[in-house]
This record gives sequence, structure tokens and C-alpha cells, in this order.
Amino acid sequence: MVIDLVPIWTVLIALAVFYYVVFDGFDLGVGILYGFARNDDDRSLIMASIAPIWDGNETWLIFGGLGLLAAFPLAFAIIIPAVYFPIAIMLLALVFRGVAFEFRFKRPALRRFWDRAFAAGSAIATFAQGVVLGSFIQGFEVEGRVFAGTSFDWLTPFVLLTGVALMFGYALLGAGWLTLKTEGALQRWARRCGRVCLIGVCAAIVGVSIWTPLEHTEIAQRWFSWPHIAILAPVPIVTAAIAFVEWYSLGRDHELVPFLAAIGLFLMSFLGLAISLWPMIVPYRYTLWEAASSPSTQAFLLIGTLFLLPIILMYTAWSYWVFRGKVRAGTGYH
Amino acid sequence: MSFDPVWLSRLQWSWVIAWHILLPAFTVGLASYIAVLEGFYFFTKNEIWFRMSGFWTRIFAVSFGMGVVSGIIMPFQFGTNWSRFTDATADVLSPLMAYEGLMAFFLESSFLGVLLFGRKLVPSWAHFFAALMVAFGTLLSSFWILATNSWMQTPQGYKVVDGRFLPTDWMAIVFNPSFPYRLAHNVTAFYITTGFVVLGVAAWLLRRGRAVEESRLMIRMALDLLIVLVPLQILLGDMHGINTLEYQPAKVAAIEGRYDTVRPTPLTIFGIPDDQKEEMRYAVDIPVLGSIILTHSWDGAIKGLKEWPREDRPPVALPFFAFRIMVGIGIIMLVVAIAGQIMMRRGGRLFRSDGFLRLCQWTSPLGFIAVIAGWIVTEVGRQPWTVYGLMRTADSVSPSLTGHDVAISLALYIIVYLVMYPTGVVFMAGLVRRGPAEAEEPTLEIESGRPGRPFERASMQAGD
Repeated sequence: MVIDLVPIWTVLIALAVFYYVVFDGFDLGVGILYGFARNDDDRSLIMASIAPIWDGNETWLIFGGLGLLAAFPLAFAIIIPAVYFPIAIMLLALVFRGVAFEFRFKRPALRRFWDRAFAAGSAIATFAQGVVLGSFIQGFEVEGRVFAGTSFDWLTPFVLLTGVALMFGYALLGAGWLTLKTEGALQRWARRCGRVCLIGVCAAIVGVSIWTPLEHTEIAQRWFSWPHIAILAPVPIVTAAIAFVEWYSLGRDHELVPFLAAIGLFLMSFLGLAISLWPMIVPYRYTLWEAASSPSTQAFLLIGTLFLLPIILMYTAWSYWVFRGKVRAGTGYH
Repeated sequence: MSFDPVWLSRLQWSWVIAWHILLPAFTVGLASYIAVLEGFYFFTKNEIWFRMSGFWTRIFAVSFGMGVVSGIIMPFQFGTNWSRFTDATADVLSPLMAYEGLMAFFLESSFLGVLLFGRKLVPSWAHFFAALMVAFGTLLSSFWILATNSWMQTPQGYKVVDGRFLPTDWMAIVFNPSFPYRLAHNVTAFYITTGFVVLGVAAWLLRRGRAVEESRLMIRMALDLLIVLVPLQILLGDMHGINTLEYQPAKVAAIEGRYDTVRPTPLTIFGIPDDQKEEMRYAVDIPVLGSIILTHSWDGAIKGLKEWPREDRPPVALPFFAFRIMVGIGIIMLVVAIAGQIMMRRGGRLFRSDGFLRLCQWTSPLGFIAVIAGWIVTEVGRQPWTVYGLMRTADSVSPSLTGHDVAISLALYIIVYLVMYPTGVVFMAGLVRRGPAEAEEPTLEIESGRPGRPFERASMQAGD
């Protein structure tokens, strides 16, 4: 008797993706806000607030990608070619953003160029990730075990909405992070940015929540048929409550709450998506179990993962702890 | 230009991996070198080791950072362009790649921060330990990714069910027949590449009379390493070749430019291969030598390509020429290593010889060329298969892609890499120009925030 490892891998991949979305999300969001920063001093502080941790955050993209490949290879093999261009553009934007970030320090003469490259790279990478998310919800044309559409099938008004939505979402996380890590005028600016982003996020959540069930009757049934509607009612209610807390705390002295509430909004959206699509990993076509790799493959990788993942998490937590607190001018990044 | 998605996908893969491989080719060896320098510093407390280690660590940080960003691209290529290969092989190969991520990235990213910034924050033994762990991480990374590559060359430990490869024996999968040879040959190549870079950089500094003591020590260390590793590499290359002859005879036939089976087999030194006419034009042959080298006997024969159907043959030109470049570089390296030893044994003549120091400078990039050439030999020689003898390259590509799709993405990859790599090289050249003498670590005020990415760490320590 072999233990069914699919639920374990589902949880692991879901956690890895969520971790990536929140953590690289806030530093990509900080990158987006960076483009709107008011002066060079602010830009330096904004940069300093994410400098120590953002490469570690990006590593989770590899974990997520390779984890999906190892545990649910069929999903990887169908979804990734379907979003060929969004993925390519995301990768290149991330590379360019990384290089831009580094060389901002090197060539003062070219600093303005790298500043723009950093903000633009962050924005483009985020938009591309939103497009991937939208394409995922939208579903893919599949024949047998391969994606059968074209490389431009993903391009619909809906994915443009999710692309912009994610930019607002990451920027909200970024504003929360800056509220936590900065003070004074810069923090007040971050709070104002946060409120603007929150309006965008709420509009996007409502938009996606209306659009998705209209497009997919299955999803509409799942949410609106009795007794589901009663059981699932807390999801939108809690989301609305968190949105209110976010708005309120951005206007008050709360330092940590805006960031936590932004994570809460992402968690609820993530949950909503999971409820809509469960148990599909290639939406409307293949379930998690159908797309899973062989039990031997999952077991072989699980042994090492269960041993190494806690160590990685401990190290990460430690590094965040060591460099806690506000960033101030002259913190030592230049 | 043909807009064939398979051809263009191969080109795109070659483009992103060729640039990527240059970085591990350097950082694997450099990480070990830094660990050795840190070890000397820990045990002797002589400041010279500290200055040398600091100098190379700054350069390491830049190349490692570039290796990470160009590396993120790689796993996604399997999905975007090679989705049918992915679907067929993921059950076997994906855990190997995932283990590379889990083990190597974890070790490297954890301990690189300590290595670069922790000198004053952690005890000296912990700093030495961090250097060891970073070096160990790069070797683990090589281990897993070469296991993956070797399985594609010499697959084992699988069964085929509905056109997919499923694992039956993990030990056989990881330790497949070509893996030990490939691992040894590759890691030695990386060490030698680093050795020649260290040699060239030190010669450059010495010729300008800068950091004289450090440069001499670097030259001595590099030459002592190379006199062991270069002959060893030639031996390992021979063993790897014999292994290839056993498991991938068509690849060896392409390397040798052999269309006909001849007994005893001559060695073709040079020629212009013509796959259409199945002949080697202008061939310069040495009789019997092929038998001696490849079969270690007087009259052994290797199979000519005509013994395979045309659709199962690799193209000859690339493996044939790339192999000769690789071997030619190996011979030059051997000459440099031996000449260096002889001059070093005769007192300080080595360090006063401008000619030899210039030679060291010119030969310093040779390792990179040899690595790329060797990679072309083994990968083009694997064609027309992605899983040798079992799955064709043409059947591996994502079916949804059109030639135009790939042409567009390839153009984007080309543009970004042509910005990133020259910028990085210019930056590293700047670090070399600053030299080890100015390597004093400034006290870094860290109120909050972990020290930054490799590039910044390097720039900070360089006193920007």
C-alpha cells in the first residue's frame, strides 16, 4: 500500500506559491512604487528596505517552478507553453530588474536609466505574472497531454484585468512593507500610495469575482448553489472586513497592520481561487491526481524536501529577524 | 533563416545555456579556491590570505549573482519550449533538478551572505565554514545538474509506460553510466578554467608591479594546481571518451569525422566534413592512431556513421571541430603548465619573465572556450536525440510553438543578455583593476537590513 502523496504535494506547492506571491510580491510592489518616488533620498531608502531580502524571495520562484514540475509535471507541460510570452517576458523583466538594481549603484551617470529600468522591470514582471494568473483561471485548449492552442490564446481582456490587478495588489503589499520599514514623510507617502492601491485591489477583486462565475457556469454553481452559498459566504465577508481594516489602518498609526492586512487580502483571494478551481491543476481539464508524477518520483523528492525545507525556513526567518527595524539614511547600502 | 520552431528552440536553448555555463565554469572553481584561501588564513592568521580571499570573493560575488539570474531562466525553458520532453521525462528528471535547487541554492544563498559580510559578525571558524559550505554548494549543484544531463545521454533505471519514462531504480538513474566520467571531467574543467583565470589576473597585476606578494603567491598556487589537474584532465577526457564509445558510438564517429568503418582506424587530424556526400574532404589522416587512442589496441575499429540510418546520425561538423578546439586548448594548457613549473623551479625567473606573464594573460580565457567546445561536442553529438536513442529532439518541442513565436522570444533573450553580460564583465574588470591591495574591508554600518545582493556587497567592499 502506497501512501497518497498528492495532498501533501498540493499543500507544499500551494504554500510555496503563496510564499512567493507574498514575499517577492512585496518587493516587486516596492519596485513599482519606486517609479513614483518623489526624490533620490526616498529612492535610496526604498531600495534599502528590500535590498537584503529580495534575492532570497526570488529563489522561491525556482522552488515553485521546479516543485510544480516535479510533483505535477503534466500541469507544467501544458500551462507553461500556453503562457509562452508572459513567462518569457516575466523572466527577462526579472533579469533586467536584477541587473538594473545592481548597476544603479555602479554608474551614477547612468543612475536615472537604471532607476527607470528597475521600476519598469518590476512593473512588467508583475503584470506578466498577473497575465499568467488570468490565463490559468481562463483555462487552456488541451488535446490529450499537450496544449493545443496558439502562443497568443492567453491574450484576452480578462488577463489584462488580472495583470493590472496584480500590479495594484503587489504595490499594496509594497506600501504595507514600506509603512513597516520607513518613517516620517516617506511613511506618510507610502500610506497614501497604499490607499490608492487598495481601491484598485478592491475593484479588481470585485471585477474578477463577477467575471469568473459569468464565464464558467461550474464555478457559479459551486459558489451560488444551496448550501454552498451559505457555507462560502464568510469568504467575501471576511475579505470585505480585511479590506476595511486595511483602509482604516493605513490612515492611523498602525505600522504592521497594513502589511498583514494586505497579506490577508491575498490569502482570501488565494482561498477563493482554490475553492473555484479545486481539484483542478490544469483548470477544467486535469485534476491534481491526473497530473501528478509517479508515486516513486513524489516520494523520492519528498524525503529531501521535508528535511531541507524547515532548515531553509528557519534560516530565512533568522535573516529577517537580524535585520528587523526601520531603514534610515546612512544604513550602509551605498 | 528558417523559421522552424525546433531549430529556433534549439538555438534559444543554446544561447541561454551557453551564457549561463560560463558562470558556473568560473564560480565552481573559484568557490573552492576561496575556501582554500580562507583555510590558510584561518590556520596561519597571515593577512596575505585575507587580502587574496577578499579580492577573489568580490569577483566571485558578481559572477555568482549573474549565474543566479541567468539560471532562473533555465528551468522554465523546459516548459516553454520543450514541453513534450518535460511531459515524457519529468518523472525521472525533475527530482534531480529540484534537488539541485533545494540543496545547492539553499547552501549557497545561506552561507554566501556570511562569507561576504560576516567577517566581523561571526567567529573566524564560522567564516571558514561558510566558505567551505559555499564551495560544497557549487559542487552539489554540479552533481545534480550533471546527473540530469548524463541521464539524457545514457538513460537507465526507467521503464516506458505510454510514451513516458517512469523511475524504477533511483540509484541507477542518478549514477547512470556516463555520470561519473562526466562529473569528473566537468568539475576538473571548471577548476582548470578558474586556475587559468587566477594565473592571468595575477600575471596582469604583477606586470604592473601591483600586489606583488599576492600575485606571486597566486601564480604559484595556480601553477601547482594546473600541473596536477591538466594531465589528470587529459586522462579523464580519455576515459570519458572510452565510455562514450561504449554507450554513444555515433557521437564518437562524429567526433572523429568517421563515415566509413575502417580497420585499423586512422586518426583524422583535420578535414572538412560533408554530411550530404558522407565524406571527409581534404582529410589529413594518421594511420592506426585512431585505433590506439580509441580502442587502446593496434587494430581496433570504431563504427563509421554509415552504419546508422541517416535520421539517427548527429551532424559531424560541430562535434568534429569543437573537439579539436578542446583538445588543442588542452595541449596549450599542458605546455603552459609544464613551462610554468620549469621556470618556477629555477628561482624567481618566472616572475621576471615578461614574456611568460604575457602568455599567462593571453591564455587566461582558454578554459571558457574549452568548456563551451566540450559542451558542444557532448550536446550536439547527442543529436538527434534528447533522451539518447529513445526520444528525438524533434519530438521534444512544445507543439503549440510556431517559428515566429520562438524567433521573437529568442530576439528578446539576445537583447537582454547582450546588455547584462558586457555590463557584468566591465564591472568585474573594474574589480580586478582595483586589485587586492585595496581590499581592506570597510566597517559596514548595518542598522537594519541584511547586507545586500552580491553586486552591492562587492561594490561596498570595494569602497564605492
